[in-house]
Amino acid sequence: MKQSISSRGFAVALLVLVVASFWTLDLQWAQFLSLDALRSMGRFAGEFFPPDSSPAFLARVALGTWETLAMSTLGTLLAAAAGMLLALPASRMFEGDAARLRLPTRWLLNVLRSVPELVWAALLIIAAGLGPFAGTLALAVHTAGVLGRLFAEAIENAPPGPGAALRAQGVGKTRVFLYATLPQVLPQLLSYTLYRWENNIRAAAVLGVVGAGGLGQLLAFHMGLFHMGKTASILGAMLLLVGAVDALSYGARRMLTR
Amino acid sequence: MAASADLALTNGRARPAPSRDPAWLGRLAWLAVALVLLWPLAVATEFRPWALFDARSLHVSSQFLRSFWPPAHGPDFLLLVAHEAWRTVAIATAGLTLALLLAVPATLVSTHALSVSALSGRMARGPFWLRQAVRWGLIVLRSVPELVWALVFVRVVGLGPTAGVLAIALTYGGMLGKVYGEILESGDPHATETLLRNGSSRLQAFFFGLLPQNAAELTSYTVYRWECAIRSSVVLGFVGAGGLGQLLDGSMKMFSGGEVLTMLAVFVLLVALADRVSGGLRESLG
Repeated sequence: MKQSISSRGFAVALLVLVVASFWTLDLQWAQFLSLDALRSMGRFAGEFFPPDSSPAFLARVALGTWETLAMSTLGTLLAAAAGMLLALPASRMFEGDAARLRLPTRWLLNVLRSVPELVWAALLIIAAGLGPFAGTLALAVHTAGVLGRLFAEAIENAPPGPGAALRAQGVGKTRVFLYATLPQVLPQLLSYTLYRWENNIRAAAVLGVVGAGGLGQLLAFHMGLFHMGKTASILGAMLLLVGAVDALSYGARRMLTR
Repeated sequence: MAASADLALTNGRARPAPSRDPAWLGRLAWLAVALVLLWPLAVATEFRPWALFDARSLHVSSQFLRSFWPPAHGPDFLLLVAHEAWRTVAIATAGLTLALLLAVPATLVSTHALSVSALSGRMARGPFWLRQAVRWGLIVLRSVPELVWALVFVRVVGLGPTAGVLAIALTYGGMLGKVYGEILESGDPHATETLLRNGSSRLQAFFFGLLPQNAAELTSYTVYRWECAIRSSVVLGFVGAGGLGQLLDGSMKMFSGGEVLTMLAVFVLLVALADRVSGGLRESLG
């Protein structure tokens, strides 16, 4: 059925979508590309220099970076724990397992997952107040949805042999999981968690824009006050952080796959 | 292990299974170490779960939660939400189109497989540095999060979808350019090389050698990125770049939970729909 989507129909639909998008958006290209706008953009870019490099401010940026790292780490750990707890009811442990909670739990995971971190942060700030705690919770909630689903798939795809052997001996559900299923899937769960941690460092850097702590909060604050030199240093720290994470994960992956 | 099992058998009775976890001491020690290591993290993130349950915060959040029901469903509001939802999709689509305008030329310039001088040993110095420069440019474009680009452009062009489109165009241009390059270089270079060696131009070599080989993968990745762009364009609204996000931000600040609930539901549906469409398209590409 899927094959019957003709490529011409696809191309026409695509063209219509693109044209309609540009048509309805009332984009202000004239304003953006005018000489005046270009000049103001040049001025804007010029104000970034020189970046603020006073030791006192750099210390604050370093603190913000540490806060960002801490948010992402703690958020990912909480998410791994919550994801594990949700993955258990969301997976069919063995052939013929009734798994009545499987569908509702998967719905819950889908909802957690499809609301982005930033939206969760904006919601959670109302309960947890401004600051990194709200950001940590937001990362944890969204990532719990992602990891819960990945964990559930991993558990369902684990080789059923060892579990079946234990179950035939009359071993209870908990111990079957702890001693047969978990050891088989643990490496996969760890690698999913590390991968999400990498994503979360990047997300935590910008989460603060809505007031949820870390480098983003510093950025939004100083940009709001037009401290362009300070903004430039914060942007530099963000780029360094993201670049370092990228390089580390690239290196680690190369080392592991060699 | 095997020796002790033999011993147990020769003694004529099986040893009873240990009633508790034989490795409990080690596990407990590691748990303690982990908790000690977690302490500075908890301090840095001001991790105070009990703050959620003090009287004032509980009052505010329960009031907000109670206002969630019933979801807002006035016809005017639903029309507004539908309009903004379309704008969210439109921002993502327009942004991705511009990203392609950026990524395709950058890919053509930076792909190793289309280098004529690399056919005979090392690439010449000029083209080599040009390729490196384009690559670094792409890396910088995609390392700045789209939200930060949006913040910058909101300053320059004002509130509205233009900032969102530009932010997506730059970040996704960098991402697409990099991944396109990787896809083109991961394939079998034989056909392209033969074309280049026999005197076809680089564009010809691209259209008749590289592209047919990798078209499905390139399209599939682009569709996947479109799905991601829809998700980001909601988020970009929170800094004033138009679409559903901007409306959602406004309703949250006004504490009108009913509107928030409706919009969250619409957003979840939108993402699920994009997921379905992109999944179906990618499957049909094989």
